[in-house]
Amino acid sequence: MENNELIAKAIVLGASALGAGTAMIAGVGPGIGEGYAVGKACEAIGRQPEGSGAVTRTMFIGCAVAESTGIYSLLIALLLMFANPFLNKLG
Amino acid sequence: MQISDFLRGSPDGVDVSGPKLIASFELFGITINLTETVVLSWAIVLGVFLLLNWLTSDMKTKNISKKQVVAEWAVQTIYNLVEDSMGKHWRKFAPYIGALFTFSILGSLISMLGLRSVTADFNVPLTWALITFVMIHSTNIRTHGFGGYLKGYAEPVPVMLPMNILSEVATPVSMSLRHFGNIVSGMIITSLLYFALSVITKKIGIALFTIGIPAVLSLYFDLFSGFMQAFIFIMLTMVYISNADANAEA
Repeated sequence: MENNELIAKAIVLGASALGAGTAMIAGVGPGIGEGYAVGKACEAIGRQPEGSGAVTRTMFIGCAVAESTGIYSLLIALLLMFANPFLNKLG
Repeated sequence: MQISDFLRGSPDGVDVSGPKLIASFELFGITINLTETVVLSWAIVLGVFLLLNWLTSDMKTKNISKKQVVAEWAVQTIYNLVEDSMGKHWRKFAPYIGALFTFSILGSLISMLGLRSVTADFNVPLTWALITFVMIHSTNIRTHGFGGYLKGYAEPVPVMLPMNILSEVATPVSMSLRHFGNIVSGMIITSLLYFALSVITKKIGIALFTIGIPAVLSLYFDLFSGFMQAFIFIMLTMVYISNADANAEA
């Protein structure tokens, strides 16, 4: 009986670790998106250096919004690592 | 993590936990918990109050002192930022934005003193995001009228109603999670890094890597992201509120 509980715990922990790693794949999306946004902002500043202040400000807001999905996945990963909800369900 | 642990190498692994409970008492049947976050917020509020009190004392119109120049510059910067992004008639909104920015940036940067960031507690950014949420909707109702506000949900076609409601609910969630996620990830990465460096120190016996390297990395994970998130939070607040305003200039 004790052995079974240990195995169940081990499976939950291992699967959570895999889940945390898999969740972080979502980091690819914001990376590509933000890189593209910053590249376009650089082009815009190169074409019109006088508008660099407004361009930079808008770019940062856009980057922050694009970053949301990455942050969500990060939170899922952190939750699985430090505050695992599935371990409590084992009883 | 104690400074002595940091220099000698921490005895046990990295500990990531929520804010510690300092005191707890009952008031009218409700349990009130005084956490690290609450106490540090009081400290920040007191510090800002004393600083501003000192900056604004003894103000003159002629032969102004250096500290008055600093105070005027700070006020002028916030007013210009609000006017640029929200239009002239939202000028009255600047004190709130200034207060939010100051509290957010100091709440994040308090981690530089070795304390726990106030904004690394989800309650804090969630509260700010809910204030913004209420402001967006009250502005919308005030400027469009209640009928116009309800009609806004059925635009451009009535089929979009669930999507519109969902996007309104998503606004405070994404704003608060963004701020919280950035600060807390910075906190975890720096504590992992301190742990790794302290292990190296323990192995080689002298504190070679623990000097200098944490300062450089803290520059990005604490300073830059703390400043950036505070800025983004106030910018998004202003953008959302001026979007909800029917008679916006810009």
